[in-house]
Amino acid sequence: MQTVFSVGIDALAYGMVLFVISIGLSVTMGLMRVVNLAHGAFAMIGGYIASYAAQTLGLGYAVAVLAAVVGTILIAIPVERFLYRRIYGAPELTQVLMTIGITFCVIGIANYVFGPTLKTIPLPETLRGPVDLGFRSIAAHKLFAIACGVVVAGGLWYLIEKTSFGVKLRASVDNAAMAASLGVRTRIVYAVSFAVAVGLAAFGGIVGAELLPIEPYYALRYMVTFLVVVSVGGAGSIPGALLACLLLGAIDTTGRYLLPEYGEFFFYLAVIAIVCVFPRGLLGRSR
Amino acid sequence: MAAVEQSSVATPAAARPNWLVRDLIGLAVILAIAAIGYFLFPNNLALLTRILAIALLVLSIDLVTGFCGIATLGHAALFGAGAYAAGIAAVHWGITDPLLMVVIGAAGGAVAGLISGAVILRGHGLAQLVLSIAVVNLFHEAANKASAYTGGSDGLSGIAPDPIFGMFAFDLWGRTAYGFAVVLLAVVFILLRLLTRSPFGMLCRGIKEDPIRVRAMGASVHGTLLKMYVISGLVAGVGGALNAISTQVVGLDSLSFTLSAESLVMLVLGGTGSLYGALVGTVSFMWFEDFVSAANPFHWLTIVGALLIVVVLFAPRGLYGSALALVDRFRGSGK
Amino acid sequence: MSAVFQVQNLRKAFGGLAVTQDVSITMNPGDRVALIGPNGAGKTTFVNLVTGHLVPDSGKVILAGNDVTSIGPTPRVRQGLVRSFQVTRLFPDMTPEEHLALAVMQRSGRTGAIFGHYQAKADVMAEVGELLAALGLDHIATRKVAEIAYGQQRLLEIALALALKPKVLLLDEPAAGVPQSDTPRIEAALAGLPSDLAVLMIEHDMDLVFRFAKRVIVLAAGAIIFDGSPEDVTKDARVREAYLGSYANDRSAA
Repeated sequence: MQTVFSVGIDALAYGMVLFVISIGLSVTMGLMRVVNLAHGAFAMIGGYIASYAAQTLGLGYAVAVLAAVVGTILIAIPVERFLYRRIYGAPELTQVLMTIGITFCVIGIANYVFGPTLKTIPLPETLRGPVDLGFRSIAAHKLFAIACGVVVAGGLWYLIEKTSFGVKLRASVDNAAMAASLGVRTRIVYAVSFAVAVGLAAFGGIVGAELLPIEPYYALRYMVTFLVVVSVGGAGSIPGALLACLLLGAIDTTGRYLLPEYGEFFFYLAVIAIVCVFPRGLLGRSR
Repeated sequence: MAAVEQSSVATPAAARPNWLVRDLIGLAVILAIAAIGYFLFPNNLALLTRILAIALLVLSIDLVTGFCGIATLGHAALFGAGAYAAGIAAVHWGITDPLLMVVIGAAGGAVAGLISGAVILRGHGLAQLVLSIAVVNLFHEAANKASAYTGGSDGLSGIAPDPIFGMFAFDLWGRTAYGFAVVLLAVVFILLRLLTRSPFGMLCRGIKEDPIRVRAMGASVHGTLLKMYVISGLVAGVGGALNAISTQVVGLDSLSFTLSAESLVMLVLGGTGSLYGALVGTVSFMWFEDFVSAANPFHWLTIVGALLIVVVLFAPRGLYGSALALVDRFRGSGK
Repeated sequence: MSAVFQVQNLRKAFGGLAVTQDVSITMNPGDRVALIGPNGAGKTTFVNLVTGHLVPDSGKVILAGNDVTSIGPTPRVRQGLVRSFQVTRLFPDMTPEEHLALAVMQRSGRTGAIFGHYQAKADVMAEVGELLAALGLDHIATRKVAEIAYGQQRLLEIALALALKPKVLLLDEPAAGVPQSDTPRIEAALAGLPSDLAVLMIEHDMDLVFRFAKRVIVLAAGAIIFDGSPEDVTKDARVREAYLGSYANDRSAA
């Protein structure tokens, strides 16, 4: 029972971190049809900035998080303007290569600037210790990660379902040409979505830093994981991404606890099974 | 206009010797470069041999990506399967004849090609890419788990191939291994030239350009692509076996996503859809990698990343394709 | 003469909307039939049902005596039911000669061969040469398709269908998008189609229909409202009502 509970919490925390990072990727892939392998690089940039702000500059956790999210978005804007815009609508192979190229550059530059060592982001006092739930205590940062996941999911749901930007976004996902002819400025929708996606990636990178440690090869190590999550959930679907993250998080965490010698074998087996049965993802729409 | 018609009418008769001659020239150039490499870098033959083994992997990716239009990030599964098949045959079954090991490696690669083809061809676009990644990672984890056969993360060592034909022993300097690699690459290259021009090769090109038209001609797209995957597995398997024979170890990195992605990068750098492009891409990438990463592996990543972006934006046909286009333009203006 | 192609009581509905209602057509070898109908009459659905891209709710498609209703599009092609496309679908990087050689080899089951060159196969080259000559494409045989004129691409589309030696040929608007100056060549090609081949042409251009077809079928709202000679079609009251209004509009627009 103890094991089941701690595996469950770990799986939930891991799944939520995956969700916060990859939901932006899912939205932009549904919207702009870009196979973006560099998404993890933005999460990594966020982690590095937060670590620099907190460790070197000695800023508080909340300020560091804010600085990291804003900083990452500022870095991403020229990247979107000059590189991504050239590959919207290009063949997958082109997009894969361009975004791998961006990832490689980010890894190289991050290492040059910050060095090859693992970076930590010091947690505030309240998140450091365990939280006593009465029958069991849990590491507070895991609860925090779960809470962040819930808040992000709720916030996105509100943004997309209840705001006028959400209406424009949904229209553009459905049919960009139609939305444009109805007066939606799709370029702005694209740019804003990209910024939100990158900001969320950075946020997820910081919140998840205890589970996915920040180091130069972060962008390469988890590149595949984020892409897989989006593909399993169905590009562009928020509930799909949430479902995929929780499911794959559970499979991966359980596998690591019970059969550690198999590594990620069951994770990828599940991915193959799901993608073969649902080629558009669990909740992806057919086109 | 009359001149154009005349020349095109005359082409069919003249075409046959034309492409044969071109192929022989191509082969001669490859062998000449191989010989130059041998004399220029006598102390670095191990690297040259590794380049040739990877070149076989890149050629095999070219078969599915360049000629059939399937984007894959999991092709090292086929290469690694060949390497492990040859290595396991040598270590566990005592089959140490190098030619036999190559055959076993090719067979292992073909089986891996059949399996991964069957999985990957179920998806399209993003799903296809993700399936290819999942397949190579699955192979990787399976090899890690089956450490009794594969040596797990320590690698499979103790591969001691016999002399080729009982005459040419594998020496410390890697001369025999290099010669063996050059011969293997030359043979595979010629066979692939024939393959890409064969009726089957034409059908694959057709599928890349318009699968709906191919179906309307009564041909099975899925069956054709699966067959190409198996052939691609044969080629990658030969490369894997060659790597196992020349380095005498097989590591888990030969089944990795990283190798898959890197070799795809090499192909695109050289130019997809051309066997020469695959070779040019492999040689330039690996030579450059050796050169730069000796100084700093992270600078190497930055440079490769920047290079990839530049190629995608400004030379989508790759080094070889762009060079050909330049030559064509030069000739066109010279006329 | 026995029928080479029969469609029996074909029905198809999407949701509650019946787009094909009880359609039956019988064709003999050598038939020249034009299928016409206003936009939205269900021509595209009918073609997809016949070629096997859609499965009918009920009814049968019979090709040369075999029921092919439940087999897929690709095996149907192998049994002799070949179509051309309304918008050309060709391989831009390949030459007309390569297109036709590929089709001839596919028909004779030789595209699985991983060695050998088509130019070395005398019978293939002879057949390709005949087809190229028959459609007047021999002077551009070795140019890339992307570089040849659209009218020539339409001709190649027809040649490609013929290379598969069909029993029944479905031509989907063979002259669509072709400049006026090139239509006589398309018409000549259609006139030269093998005399034992059953041809079903879907077409908008009534001039072409009247010149080509010996029989006209009119489809409106998913049902056949007329099946008879071209002379009678314009006199038929239902056809006038369903179709000629839009035809007259088409004429004035064109």
